[in-house]
Amino acid sequence: MNPTFRKFFVPFVAIVIFLALWEGLVWVMGWPNYKMASPSDLIPAYQRYWDLFLIMGWQTLWRTVVGLIVAIIVGTAIGMIMGFSRTMRDALYPLLVGFNAIPKATVVPIVALMFVGAHDFNTILIAFMISFFPIAVSVSIGLSTLEPEYRDILRSLGASQTTIFWKIALPKTLPEFFGALKVAVTLAFIGTNLMEIVSPHGRGLGALFDSGKTNSDYPLMFAVLIALAALGIVLYYVVVWLERTFAGWAERESH
Amino acid sequence: MSPLIDIKGVKHAYSTADGPLPVLDGLDVTVEEGGFCAVVGPSGCGKSTLTRLVAGLMMPDEGEVWLHGEQVKGPRSTVGMAFQNPVLLEWRTILQNVLLPLEIVPNALKGKAAEDRARFLLSLVGLEGFEDKRPSELSGGMRQRASLCRALVHQPDVLILDEPFGALDAFTREDLWQTMHDVKAKEPFTAILITHDLRESIFLGDQVVVLSGRPARTQYVMNIPRSDKPTLDDLYTSEAADRLAILRQQIEIAQGRTEAEVEG
Repeated sequence: MNPTFRKFFVPFVAIVIFLALWEGLVWVMGWPNYKMASPSDLIPAYQRYWDLFLIMGWQTLWRTVVGLIVAIIVGTAIGMIMGFSRTMRDALYPLLVGFNAIPKATVVPIVALMFVGAHDFNTILIAFMISFFPIAVSVSIGLSTLEPEYRDILRSLGASQTTIFWKIALPKTLPEFFGALKVAVTLAFIGTNLMEIVSPHGRGLGALFDSGKTNSDYPLMFAVLIALAALGIVLYYVVVWLERTFAGWAERESH
Repeated sequence: MSPLIDIKGVKHAYSTADGPLPVLDGLDVTVEEGGFCAVVGPSGCGKSTLTRLVAGLMMPDEGEVWLHGEQVKGPRSTVGMAFQNPVLLEWRTILQNVLLPLEIVPNALKGKAAEDRARFLLSLVGLEGFEDKRPSELSGGMRQRASLCRALVHQPDVLILDEPFGALDAFTREDLWQTMHDVKAKEPFTAILITHDLRESIFLGDQVVVLSGRPARTQYVMNIPRSDKPTLDDLYTSEAADRLAILRQQIEIAQGRTEAEVEG
């Protein structure tokens, strides 16, 4: 099989099989759609609310992406501080772990009260808070595990710390960074939706989910879940593409 | 003529939680220009500390390190280093890896001239045709060859080799010994080589320095006349066997056994 063809064909077939199994399961068990909607129930839901899906989907997407960008900037900065200074690593690690251990669902009402009415800001803030941790940890590990020989090779030539960072430390950390970014993408979606669902303000796919719940429109709720999954897949593959572009060297050719 | 590398009475201790840990205690090494000094000694006797001192990566507590008539007071771009771990940058091609020092050293070759020099060195070590490969596509021995080119590309005064062949299999290692002689014939350099391998030390070195156990001092120096065309066969002569026997004995003394025990 042609490799490009396989790359698109195999996942496509997998999705079709998954949908068929889902449809079959609901049909065999005879579940009503308020217990478990089937893929065929979703099509009318999408048809009826198509414009809402587009608008809400976009709201969820841009706030997730902005939250993620903030997480990358702040996470990388914290990672650099911890990667280069042992003292800062010892100082910040317990704080970070503690912060990460707090379930973000409990933070949502606090944030919502703290910045009443600033819905976009609140949502971005939660998306950021939930997703920066893996980035900070991976960057700090990448930098602190740099073998001393790499540093020595450049230092013996009189290179400055900045040169060592740009020429060696940064590129060497990229594979770990992208690994963490893949985790962060999914987390950021959870953050955005948490805010949209727990503190509803009529925006985003989370709000659409909530209105499905209020109106007992179960197929709509399932349709929102699938839309979220689709957005997640799109964003994930954007990260994969970035990784290939900037850290493609780390990929071993498969034999 | 003053020697190229002159290490005089160097003492050094690392500070640890249990107080100072002396590693070097009265080290004297002298290498003439174009010389090849092999340093052997028991494990953990401070051989790597010696390379870091010569490279200017650290300063000794006492004593002096002179390079080319100048006292070493910090890193200088006139050394080239190669380690047991070839530490090539995986995201660069072999050619770009070799060019790395030229991007850092001031007044270095640039552009086409730099690339020509890197290609010349790669051909010297037998890596012609591998310039555009990534390090991950090369074997351990080939990576070490590339690392050697990187150490030589900026025409350093001193080549510092810290067990560069230690992790290679025996045949590859012997190939690389021969390569070192071939390169030296076309591209003369002064080198200080840290090694655990006595055969390597007498094949490559024209001077073998035996360090005592920690804290290390210069225990024994052997001078070896260099033949014009060294080959691996030189290792299988009676002179070579005698030299190895003497060095073995010195190492056993360095490891702390008494001369009586060694002879007995």
